[in-house]
Amino acid sequence: MSGPSLMDSLFQRTLEDLIKGLRQQLIGEQAFISKALEEIRKEIKSTDLSTKSTALLKLCYLSNLHFHDMSFAAFHALEVLSSPRFSHKKIAYHAISLSFHDSTPVLLLITNHLRKDLTSTNEFEVSLSLQCLSRIANVDLARDLTPEVFTLLSSNKLYVRKRAVAVVLRVFEKYPDSVRVCFKRLVENLENYDPQILSAVVGVFSELACKDPRSYLPLAPEFYKILVDSKSNWISIKVLKIFAKLAPLEPRLANRVVEPICYLMRKTGAKSLLFECVRTVVTSFSEYESAVRLAVGKIREFMVDEDPNLKYLGLHALSIVASKHLWVVSENKEVVIKSLSDPDPNIKIESLRLVMAMVSEHNVAEISKVLVNYALKSDPLFCNEILGSILSTCSRNVYEIIVDFDWYVSLLGEMSRIPHCQMGEEIENQLVDIGLRVKDVRLELVRVARDLLIDPALLGNSFLHRVLSAAAWVSGEYVEFSRNPLELMEALLQPRTSLLPPSIMAIYIQSAFKVLVFCLHTCFVRGGSTAGVSASASYESFDDLSVENGAGSTVAHGQTCTSAPITNESIVNLLKLVELALSPLLGSHDVEVQERARNLLGFVDLIKLEALNSSGQEENDSEQKGVEATKIIRMVHDAFSKELGPVSLSAQGKVPVPDGLTLNENLGDLETICSDIELPSSNTFSFGYPSEEKDVSSFSNLQIKEDSGQSNESTSLLAEHRKRHGLYYLPSGKSEVISNDYPPANDPALQGDNNDTASDLVKLTAESLVPKRKPNHSKPRPVVVKLDEADEKPVAVKHPESRDDSLSGAVLDILFGSEDILPTSSRSNLPSSNRKGKEKQHMITQVESKENVVGDGNSSSRRRKDHSHGKERRHRKKNAEERNETDRKEKESSSNHPRRQKSRQRAEEPLKVPPQTSVIPDFLL
Amino acid sequence: MGIRFILMVNKQGQTRLAQYYEWLTLEERRALEGEIVRKCLARNEQQCSFVEHRNYKIVYRRYASLFFLVGVDNDENELAILEFIHLLVETMDRHFGNVCELDIMFHLEKAHFMLEEMVMNGCIVETSKAQILTPVQLLEKTS
Repeated sequence: MSGPSLMDSLFQRTLEDLIKGLRQQLIGEQAFISKALEEIRKEIKSTDLSTKSTALLKLCYLSNLHFHDMSFAAFHALEVLSSPRFSHKKIAYHAISLSFHDSTPVLLLITNHLRKDLTSTNEFEVSLSLQCLSRIANVDLARDLTPEVFTLLSSNKLYVRKRAVAVVLRVFEKYPDSVRVCFKRLVENLENYDPQILSAVVGVFSELACKDPRSYLPLAPEFYKILVDSKSNWISIKVLKIFAKLAPLEPRLANRVVEPICYLMRKTGAKSLLFECVRTVVTSFSEYESAVRLAVGKIREFMVDEDPNLKYLGLHALSIVASKHLWVVSENKEVVIKSLSDPDPNIKIESLRLVMAMVSEHNVAEISKVLVNYALKSDPLFCNEILGSILSTCSRNVYEIIVDFDWYVSLLGEMSRIPHCQMGEEIENQLVDIGLRVKDVRLELVRVARDLLIDPALLGNSFLHRVLSAAAWVSGEYVEFSRNPLELMEALLQPRTSLLPPSIMAIYIQSAFKVLVFCLHTCFVRGGSTAGVSASASYESFDDLSVENGAGSTVAHGQTCTSAPITNESIVNLLKLVELALSPLLGSHDVEVQERARNLLGFVDLIKLEALNSSGQEENDSEQKGVEATKIIRMVHDAFSKELGPVSLSAQGKVPVPDGLTLNENLGDLETICSDIELPSSNTFSFGYPSEEKDVSSFSNLQIKEDSGQSNESTSLLAEHRKRHGLYYLPSGKSEVISNDYPPANDPALQGDNNDTASDLVKLTAESLVPKRKPNHSKPRPVVVKLDEADEKPVAVKHPESRDDSLSGAVLDILFGSEDILPTSSRSNLPSSNRKGKEKQHMITQVESKENVVGDGNSSSRRRKDHSHGKERRHRKKNAEERNETDRKEKESSSNHPRRQKSRQRAEEPLKVPPQTSVIPDFLL
Repeated sequence: MGIRFILMVNKQGQTRLAQYYEWLTLEERRALEGEIVRKCLARNEQQCSFVEHRNYKIVYRRYASLFFLVGVDNDENELAILEFIHLLVETMDRHFGNVCELDIMFHLEKAHFMLEEMVMNGCIVETSKAQILTPVQLLEKTS
């Protein structure tokens, strides 16, 4: 079907028909829409512009609300655009704004349409095209249409001018060179008294200042004037946003602005403006005590307001203050804690963040306890929110605020038992991490791990699997602290472990291996050898841990012997248990599980022979074999008992490269060699078949090899940890400052308010926030292993986006005296076919002649930027001195300041020093 | 860019108007609207009108059966946006006379036009009802 016939056009469905039709379709809406789309496709090819535009309008509707692709109509939209009728044009512009984007192929064709409409005498046409430009402008459009926008910036029709101002933002962003042309006029519009224009200009500057505030410092006097004079709240809010960015850069500016802001805060009746003042003060003027006090007063009013919006914003503002003035939070803690049981999840999150900000090493235990109780009662989302923030707060800076690790470890255990807990991964990481770092806590850690492992119910909860994997690892690695290794073994091999995913199953098997070796070692090597005294001596000699741990672990060890003496009989049972539990796993589909099960079974087979021998025929028989077995056990045990310590992330880099080793050599050929080796090496792992005769030394070699292979697994666990936690030295003084990093927000909901717990918290925080420095711990804080060198996190080299950079560079050029020569390339960029080309050249020269030509060539090069800032600062200083003088002389009222400041700016310009070197602008395209 | 998008969604979660100030593909839009509608429509009257979503905020307000949702940057003033929403509703009310969901449905392009008068490139450029409506009414007369 080519085009629609006349009849089709006559009886075309209008948009209204379409909508009515759609409303009547209860079902089969999709069919109706696709039929309509079919019609549209036909109608849009019509030569009649009315038919075409109606089709386009319908298409816009379907695309906007029903997500139907309208890219096929891009060219038709352009056709409608060329219609002389305004209503058609409007539809076309609407369609284009909706559907065009940077990669629309016909975008190139629109330039001339836009240019024509931008220079139209009909202000509504101009407005439409500006609107469109603000949505679709890309580099080419921005570049080609800069002259037109420039003209419109000083249009005498306010309606057009404010739009031109608003579109400048997009043009600057896409084509930074346009700053050279337009910026001066934009600044001129700042001095306009019309609120419409002012609102648009201030809006543009607040966006620009967000990206690079420093460039706009020289405009501070203008902004100040607007702040003081403005009657529109909207404009005041935007100016405050600008000052929030500028003030931290220039203390003198802050000094000057803080008064008017406080004045505004006192007198305004509009909550939005009031809140903006408060936010500006707490973010950027936090060192002005009186201003902060005033703001905090307002924040309190917000927080106790009935309106949840104000309450939320109050809490939000409070959390901004908290980073610098913690006293503010403690002053308002009742409100904060009450909000913890607010019906609104967002408010609860905010108050949770604030509660966490109050945590210090003195109250961490109490607050955590109360919060965990809260978590138990609340819904899953908020529960995990609470747990997450406890975990992240406690682990901050290598557990900075934790003094009693025994408590913390049992808290971790307790947390993982909370029914909704989904923080398994984090708890896993922390359990292993603490095990590695804090030696003194290992006894407790193993106890906690045992409690977790032994509970068959936990295996059914998939969120807990990660925690269980950590528990298994811990109990294997630190088995010597265990009261009852046999029980541990049973826990590790219980039938319900089949519920675990293979990767964790593998960890279980490996841990079982370690525990088994420990048991055998205790029984045969140590216990078997002779009496208690020498046993403990030999124990200390091989276990360096216990040497350092002193009393704690030896006691534990004593208990091992008393509570569950490991006898030959129990060993035999143990070996049977292992065989029973692991034989089915030999057929596991997971390589890791299968291999480890095979290893362990191989070992058991080897040992079983000896164990049975020694038990059955007493010691006198086959001495030789018994000795061999002990040898094996001792070797394997030694391999396992080597302690794993935390390793710095950058440790690898510290290994010196040996002479003659080229690291960059291409090792591609190695692959072929390796593939040859692969086969025989896999053969060597055949020790899973115990019937084969092997000489002990080769076996133990293998075993060691095997062990190192498997410890890879745990080291990879470790590596993961190290990656997660930067390892830093603690500052020796216990820091009281609570850092301001908050856990990320999610949204949860908490039911049931608990006023008793809330009041508990109030009391606790009240106690803890009173700066009593007396440590109330009887126990000294154990040593937390940290590495010498702080793992310097690779500082993300900040590459400012070149576009922004060139933008701010261009802005700086304009503001700090411009170049006398316009970069040639930007001139050559002007379209030669442009019929207004000449005019534009003319305009540019005008602009330049208007600017103060000081011959300062410091165009945007990055190196030069600092230079110019420095210069600028010097000027400011000088000017400030001048101003102080005039201040003293004149003592004018504040409303007169702006004028003075402007004269100051004028005076500033001749002071500019010409640069020593000429710099090639680096932003030319 | 202060305002990223403006959505009008009815109680059932159907979008009645969508205006974006940054380019999103249809799929992205569909996903975004779905997420936002799920998040905001589940909230009740006692809860605050601000929702954090991805890396920005949504300020929303409900008028009868219609939700007005505005996505803004994080440092935008929430209360000012609420005022803006109210202004938008008042403007439409003045134009349509007791505006309802159907008015917006059947005059979508007019609603868009009004929005365009008020917001440009994510910045609010006009806050006077009379000024906003003049071109809309002019257009009505000519066509």
